[in-house]
Amino acid sequence: MNTDIAIDARNVGKIYGSGAGAVTALGDVSISIKKGEFFTLLGPSGCGKTTLLRCIAGFETPTKGSIHLSGTDITYDPPYQRPVNTVFQSYALFPHLTVAQNVGFGLKMRGAAAADVAQAVDRVLALVKLEDFANRLPQQLSGGQQQRVALARALAPEPQVLLLDEPLSALDLKLRKEMQSELKRLQAETGITFIFVTHDQEEALTMSDRIGVMSAGALLQVGTPHDIYDRPTTRFVADFIGETNFLEGSVEDHQVRIGTGDLLAVPLEGETGPVTLAIRPEQVSVTSAQADMSGKITDATYMGTDTHYTIELKDGSPLVARIQSKSTATFDVGDTVGVAIDARAVQVLKS
Amino acid sequence: MGKTRAFDVTTLPGFTFIAILAFVLLYAPIVTLVIYSFNGGNSVNQWGGFSLEWYAVAAQNEAVQDATARSLIIAVWASVISTALATMAALGTTRRGKFTGQTVIYVIINQPLMVPEIVTAVALLIFFSSVKVATGYSGLGYLILAHSAFCIPFAYLPIKARLEGMDTTMETAAADLYATPLQTFRYVTLPLLLPGVIAGAMLAFIISLDNVIITEFVKSAGQDTLPTYMLGQLRRALTPEVNAISTALLALTILILTLFVFVTKKRG
Repeated sequence: MNTDIAIDARNVGKIYGSGAGAVTALGDVSISIKKGEFFTLLGPSGCGKTTLLRCIAGFETPTKGSIHLSGTDITYDPPYQRPVNTVFQSYALFPHLTVAQNVGFGLKMRGAAAADVAQAVDRVLALVKLEDFANRLPQQLSGGQQQRVALARALAPEPQVLLLDEPLSALDLKLRKEMQSELKRLQAETGITFIFVTHDQEEALTMSDRIGVMSAGALLQVGTPHDIYDRPTTRFVADFIGETNFLEGSVEDHQVRIGTGDLLAVPLEGETGPVTLAIRPEQVSVTSAQADMSGKITDATYMGTDTHYTIELKDGSPLVARIQSKSTATFDVGDTVGVAIDARAVQVLKS
Repeated sequence: MGKTRAFDVTTLPGFTFIAILAFVLLYAPIVTLVIYSFNGGNSVNQWGGFSLEWYAVAAQNEAVQDATARSLIIAVWASVISTALATMAALGTTRRGKFTGQTVIYVIINQPLMVPEIVTAVALLIFFSSVKVATGYSGLGYLILAHSAFCIPFAYLPIKARLEGMDTTMETAAADLYATPLQTFRYVTLPLLLPGVIAGAMLAFIISLDNVIITEFVKSAGQDTLPTYMLGQLRRALTPEVNAISTALLALTILILTLFVFVTKKRG
């Protein structure tokens, strides 16, 4: 038994309904989340990430498979018996209770003495910097403050695992950035395992120790933000995380011949036949001089620090390049330019 | 006409006339009743000067005092019992998935609204008389039970409406925070449901207070409620005493209905 594992989901599947109308929310997902880890489940809406979270919380019972918490099977335990707490997307604060009563709710239900509850409430409210709001009602607080109350309420009983269901999606950009670093700080201070659900890839990349990318009820890839961004294993992951150019080609003589007829010396691991190359816009450089390949600029978008050029290659396929705006050479739509691809950084995907 | 306007009933010919006529027909008798409750004379339709005499007569009439007390006892018990049952029924029909027989359950709960009251009254009369023979008991229990039964749908509807409007994430959050189903009900569902429960109880109270038909059939000798007492007075000469009792009943009803509106509006 590996004692470093907080949550171990084995072959978890969830099907809603039955017969012809059945909907598979989760196919067959296995995942191990380490203790003290900031783990993010990332995917578009409807990919099953929230269903998996609800199975861990106990709000849903998986149709198949099992979920273990620190080695104990909790698959069929009701939510109120799991040392797991949730921060809800809608916050779900109790409107008839004060901030302090909300935060103390979990401990009170577990039968803690009133003095211990009060002490824990003070400590956690200090942690989220809401000491002065203890006696307010939730509707007297701003969205950001309500968010912090929801967080405090879930942290107060000191759960083994904290589940966060898109908790930042209702906040504006500035507040969201603040809360992102706030969450990182809280996670570091409490040492609690965080499982964070989001559809925002930037949020996932900046906050997580590891990310699990999900699509259509399946877990496609698990890895560090670097792994996921630099070495996507599927076209979906490469497309979903950041911007990516896709070029079709086929393996020839340890290189890949793309549609323009050019050969690229990309890193191959025994692939043969048709492949897809995933090329990040920052790996494409543009020069006015002759280069490996050439193309025509069809669109230029100034983005502040960068400029995005869309280049039409000889065979008509588009390629987006991201060039730092401070670079001396600038190009206009219609210019014919030399194009070079940093082949070593290209990711080869099975077609 | 270039633009099409939204249909507005107030622009139809005769709207004002019909509206005023409707209000007059609805309220003129009641206003007359209230005015004659202050009549100094002995008639319910001949004015003999302003007086509070009939209120004093009613208040000092022992039969009225008894009937009032009985009405209130029955109404309190019936509203408590029917609201408790209605709350359970509302939880059962809203806090779980769709189930087979759901429509049948709705029909059963709302049965008193649909079955002709006189049928229920006759059925209860026959049923309770055999129970009376079997047990020997002839107290107020029969009336309380009968009132509780027909009050259930009136208590059920506002409670169900409130439950359906409530965010179930609250209950999920409570369960997530270690509250057992019973604790979730006690600390989250019930406090949030309270306006609906109070509204349901008030409605049940008024419905019980006002009931004539079922009461008339179920009551034993000497168990007159205020409405059946007034009905009994019809057989004798009517005095403005009946107006005074009616006006008092009307005032109580208006008071409770006003509270009902406030309770359902607040925190809604």
